Amino acid sequence: MKARVHVMLKDGVLDPQGEAVRHALGSLGFEGVEGVRQGKVIELDLAEDDAGKAEAQVREMCEKLLANTVIESYRVEVL
Amino acid sequence: MKAAVIVFPGSNCDRDLATAFRQAGAEVEMVWHKDTELPAGTDVVGVPGGFSYGDYLRCGAIAARSPICGALKRHAEKGGFALGVCNGFQVLTETGLLPGALMRNRGLRYICKTVPLRVETAATAFTEGYAEGQQIALPIAHHDGNYTLDADGVARLRDEGRIAFTYVDNPNGSVADIAGVLSANKRVLGMMPHPERAADSALGQPDGSALFRALCGAFAAA
Repeated sequence: MKARVHVMLKDGVLDPQGEAVRHALGSLGFEGVEGVRQGKVIELDLAEDDAGKAEAQVREMCEKLLANTVIESYRVEVL
Repeated sequence: MKAAVIVFPGSNCDRDLATAFRQAGAEVEMVWHKDTELPAGTDVVGVPGGFSYGDYLRCGAIAARSPICGALKRHAEKGGFALGVCNGFQVLTETGLLPGALMRNRGLRYICKTVPLRVETAATAFTEGYAEGQQIALPIAHHDGNYTLDADGVARLRDEGRIAFTYVDNPNGSVADIAGVLSANKRVLGMMPHPERAADSALGQPDGSALFRALCGAFAAA
């Protein structure tokens, strides 16, 4: 079973990289880009074949390592 | 005093940190990231700067889950001392021993220069060699030194006297100009500036040496 984790900076945490991308888009002539947030996507191949258990397992991985919950939020997709 | 300096794959300030401790009179032992225990009798754990595990995932994230960091946490929870510099500060926040997180610098650039700092508290074993409000200069060399913590957390650090150093001229966007923070018991210090790189007069103004001397002195007096 595969799972995909999306890690994003929490709302309210300033994202300097996203801001730099926003400025670069502006300088390329893309108008009206009001905000850019940059995150990461982590894909996992799991031996588990029960979707519920897989999701619980991946959530625990997020809490313990994949996301820093001080500044980041995460979303788990089981595929 | 007995110091243990952790070596992770990618650490590059470990020997400088060991030298600074030794020059202040400490006995130093290097410990490997795969070790599961600190040497018997360790008083202070040094968590050095560098690029542990290539900064993969997040700076300090993998190091914070290494076997030796389990021993570091147990040491700190028993009231042991620890000093984390630069990547070591990132590791200490990732272990949860210090609050907050270090994000990419506001200007997105890696910054390597000597910067002025203000000593915010002299009432700790690390900083009693300075005067409160004293201005010192230490080198910084980091890409991810932008200290981030919510407003309540910053207020708590202020109230409890846990901000050790602030930048005089904030180089990286850190909240409240914070350059170094302390644990609640003030025995764990994390800081982005490098005192170990300014601990020998052959290398310029040795403003960092007072930190190591104070720490060793605290144990000599005990």
